[in-house]
Amino acid sequence: MDFLTVLQILDSTIRLATPLLFACLAGLFSERAGIFDIGLEGKMLAAAFFAGAIAYTSGSVWLGMLAAIAASVILSLIHGLASITFRGNQLISGVAINFLAAGLTVLIAQDWFRQGGRTPSLSGDARFNNIQLPFAETLEPVPVIGPIYAELISGHSFLVYVGLLSVPFTWWLLFRTRFGLRLRAVGENPAAVDTAGISVIRLRYIAVLICGILCGLAGAYLSTGLQAGFVKDMSAGRGFIALAALIFAKWRPWYALYATLLFGLLQAIAIRFQNVDIGTFTVPVQFMEALPYILTVVILAGFVGKAIPPRAGGEPYVKER
Amino acid sequence: MTPESQTGRPDRAALSASAPAIELKGISKAFGPVQANKDISISVKRGSIHGIIGENGAGKSTLMSILYGFYKADTGQILIGGQETEIPDSQAAIAAGIGMVFQHFKLVENFTVLENVILGAEDGAMLQPSIAKARELLTQLAQEYELNVDPDALIENLSVGHQQRVEILKALYRQADILILDEPTGVLTPAEADHLFRILRGLRDEGKTIVLITHKLREIMDVTDTVSVMRRGEMVATVNTDETSPEELAELMVGRKVLLRVDKAPAQPGDSVLEIADLRVTDEKGVDRVKGVSLNVRAGEILGIAGVAGNGQSELMQVLGGMRTGSGTIRVNGAPIDLSGARANGQARRELGIAHVPEDRQREGLIMEYFAWENVAFGYHHQEKYQRNRWLMDNRALRADTEAKMEKFDIRPPLPWTQAKSFSGGNQQKIVVAREMESDPDLLLVGQPTRGVDIGAIEFIHQQIVALRDQGKAILLVSVELDEIMSLSDRIAVMFDGQIMGERSPTETNEKELGLLMAGMTGDA
Repeated sequence: MDFLTVLQILDSTIRLATPLLFACLAGLFSERAGIFDIGLEGKMLAAAFFAGAIAYTSGSVWLGMLAAIAASVILSLIHGLASITFRGNQLISGVAINFLAAGLTVLIAQDWFRQGGRTPSLSGDARFNNIQLPFAETLEPVPVIGPIYAELISGHSFLVYVGLLSVPFTWWLLFRTRFGLRLRAVGENPAAVDTAGISVIRLRYIAVLICGILCGLAGAYLSTGLQAGFVKDMSAGRGFIALAALIFAKWRPWYALYATLLFGLLQAIAIRFQNVDIGTFTVPVQFMEALPYILTVVILAGFVGKAIPPRAGGEPYVKER
Repeated sequence: MTPESQTGRPDRAALSASAPAIELKGISKAFGPVQANKDISISVKRGSIHGIIGENGAGKSTLMSILYGFYKADTGQILIGGQETEIPDSQAAIAAGIGMVFQHFKLVENFTVLENVILGAEDGAMLQPSIAKARELLTQLAQEYELNVDPDALIENLSVGHQQRVEILKALYRQADILILDEPTGVLTPAEADHLFRILRGLRDEGKTIVLITHKLREIMDVTDTVSVMRRGEMVATVNTDETSPEELAELMVGRKVLLRVDKAPAQPGDSVLEIADLRVTDEKGVDRVKGVSLNVRAGEILGIAGVAGNGQSELMQVLGGMRTGSGTIRVNGAPIDLSGARANGQARRELGIAHVPEDRQREGLIMEYFAWENVAFGYHHQEKYQRNRWLMDNRALRADTEAKMEKFDIRPPLPWTQAKSFSGGNQQKIVVAREMESDPDLLLVGQPTRGVDIGAIEFIHQQIVALRDQGKAILLVSVELDEIMSLSDRIAVMFDGQIMGERSPTETNEKELGLLMAGMTGDA
C-alpha cells in the first residue's frame, strides 16, 4: 500500500466520519442532559431529505441546510415534548421518530419528485463545494507534508470543518462554562439543579434543541456534501453507529471525535478494499461492509470497558415532595 | 464573613434586629382531601436553633417545602426578617436568604465539591471566576466552623458526613441567613452528628438562624434553643427546650403517653438456640469484616449487638440470614448450618426456622414496586396454606392473611393493594416485621429495626420484639442506636472491628462503658 493510497483512505475517513461526528455530538448534548435519544437516525434522515429537496428546488445549498436543521429541530421538539413535558418513555419516542422519518421522507419524496422516493441529483450551488485551503496547490510538491496538507486537510466541504471545530467548542462549552456545568448536572441529578433554583425543563429543552441542530447538519452533509441528493434510507444506520460511538466515547467530546474517526476508517476501508485476499481465502465484500456494524454490536454489548452513562439518563424528572 | 452581595437584594442585616427571622402566620396546605398543614403559626428568633419535631407524616416536611418554595400555601403569610415575602419557587427562597439541607442530598455525585457549591449560583457565563471565589470562601469557612472538605474531591468519594457539609457550604455560599436541615442525622454516625451540632452552634453564634427538623428527641434536647411540636398537620406547642423533657415532647408528638423505655419482665432463658463459633467473613474486596466471632443466644432472650456502623455487624447478620458466605461454625438448635455451600441462602435459612428483618428494608426487606399483600408473603409464599392446587397460588388466602397481619401490626393504610413504596418508613418496617414474626421462627434476626421509623411505631415494634421473646423465641438484635440496645436487650455484646469486645448485662453497665467498648477500648482486662 503506497503513501497516496493511505492518504486517500484517511481522506475518505474524514468525510465518512463527519455525519457520524455531528450525530454523536448531537447525542452527547442530549444524553448529557439526561434525555436518551435513539431518534438520531430518524432526524438525520429527515434532515437529509429536506436538505436535498430544498437545495434542489431553490438551487441553494444554504437554504437546504436551513431546511434540514428546521426539520430535525421539529422532530427534536416532538421528542422533547414527549419525554420532557409529558414524561413519556424516551426509547419509545425515539423509535417513533425513526419510523416517522423513514416513512415520511420516501412518501414526500415520491409525491414531490416522482423518482421512486429520491430527490433528483444535485449539482453546482445545490451542493457543498470543497474548500481549497490557502497554499494547498503551492505546498503540494513538498514531500510528505505537501500531500498531507493538500489531500487530507484541504479540500473538504464547509461542514467537515464545522464538524471538526465543533469538538473543541463542545468541550469548552461543557467544561468551561456555566451552561455546560448546568447541562451536565441536569443529566446527573436534576433534583440538584431544581433545588438550586434552575429550571430543569428549560435546560433539557435547550439540550434537545442543540441536538436537533447538530442532527440537521449531519443530515444536510449526507445529501448535499457526501452525496449528491437524497435516496431512500440513506442514513443507513449512521444514527445508531453514532450512538455506539457515543458510548465508546464515554460521553466525552474528544473521545467522540476519535470514536467516529474509527468508524469512518472502517467504512473507508470497506469502500476501498472490496475484496481482500488472505492467502487463498477471499474475504467477501459483504463482510468488509459489515465491519462498522459489527464494531457497533461489539461496543453496545459492552466489550469495550465500562462506560457509565449520565445517571439521570432516560428518567423523566418528577419533582419529589 | 459572607462575600459581598451581588444580587442587589435588600440588605437583610439592616432590617430590624428584633424582628423574628421567620414568622409564619396561619399557613394551611391541603393535598386533595389530606390537610397536610392546618393553620400553622410560628415565630423563630434570629440567631437561634429552632427544632421542629413530629412523627412521619405530621406535616413538618410540607411546612418546610412551603418555606423553600416547593409548594404554595393555600392560605397564610410568610414573613422573613419582619417583611412579608412571597416564595413561589426555590429561587425566591434562596433570594430571601433561606438555605435548605435536604434529607437526601441534592448533590451531583461525579462533580467536585466546588462545582456543586457554585451550581446555580455562578457569577457569570464562565466558570473559572466562580470556582476561584468559591475556593477562597470554602477555605475561610473551613477555618471558622470546622466545615473542612477537600474542594476538589468528587462527591461520590466523600463520606455522608462530608457530603452534608457540602450541602451546608452550598447554602452559605448563597449567603443564607436561615438554614433549614431536614432529618440531618439520619445517615450520620454519632461522632459525625456531634460534629454537625458543633458546626450548627458555631453558625448560630454568628447570628444565623437554624431550623432543625427531626423526629429524634435526643437531638432536640441536645442542640436546640426552642422547639415546636407538630402532630397531624397542626402545630401543637412551641416551648423553650430547657423547660421541657423528652417525655413531654414525646407525649405532645404522639398525643398520648409514650413509653420511651421498654416495659419488659426479666428474661426466662431456655435452651441454646443459636451458637456461633469462630465466625469469619471476608467481603468482596478481600477485607476481613468479621474476625472470629463467637456468640450464643438462648430461647427466650434478646442478645443485642452494639457498635458503630461498619464494624462487621451487617456482615454477621448477612451470613446468618444466608445473604453472604463465611467460615466457622454456626449451630441452630444444635445442628450446624451451611455457611458457604448450596444451602447458604435465605430460603434454606427460613426452613431452619430463622426469620430475618434485614437492616435495609427498602433494598433487602421489601420489593418496593410490589403490593403489600405480595410483600407480606414473600419468601413464605410457597407454603402449603397459600396454595390453591399444585400449580396455582391462592392469592385470596394471601390477601386475607395480609389483612389480618395489617390489623395485628397496625399497618396504615390497611390496604393490601398498596405498593410498598407508598407506605411511610414506619409502616414499611411493620410489613417486614409482621412477615418475619408471623412465620413463627425459632430465631429472629433483627437489624436496625427502627431506623427511620417514627416514635409511635418504634414503641410498637419494640413491644412486638419483647412479646416474641416472651413466647420463648431467641432474638439477635443489631442496632447502632445505643438507646435501643440498652432498653431491649437481655444481654449486650459490643462489636468493634469485626470482633466482640465484651459482653455486658444492661442492668450492670452504662452508656459510657459501652461507648468505650464501641470505640475499641476494653478498659479492664
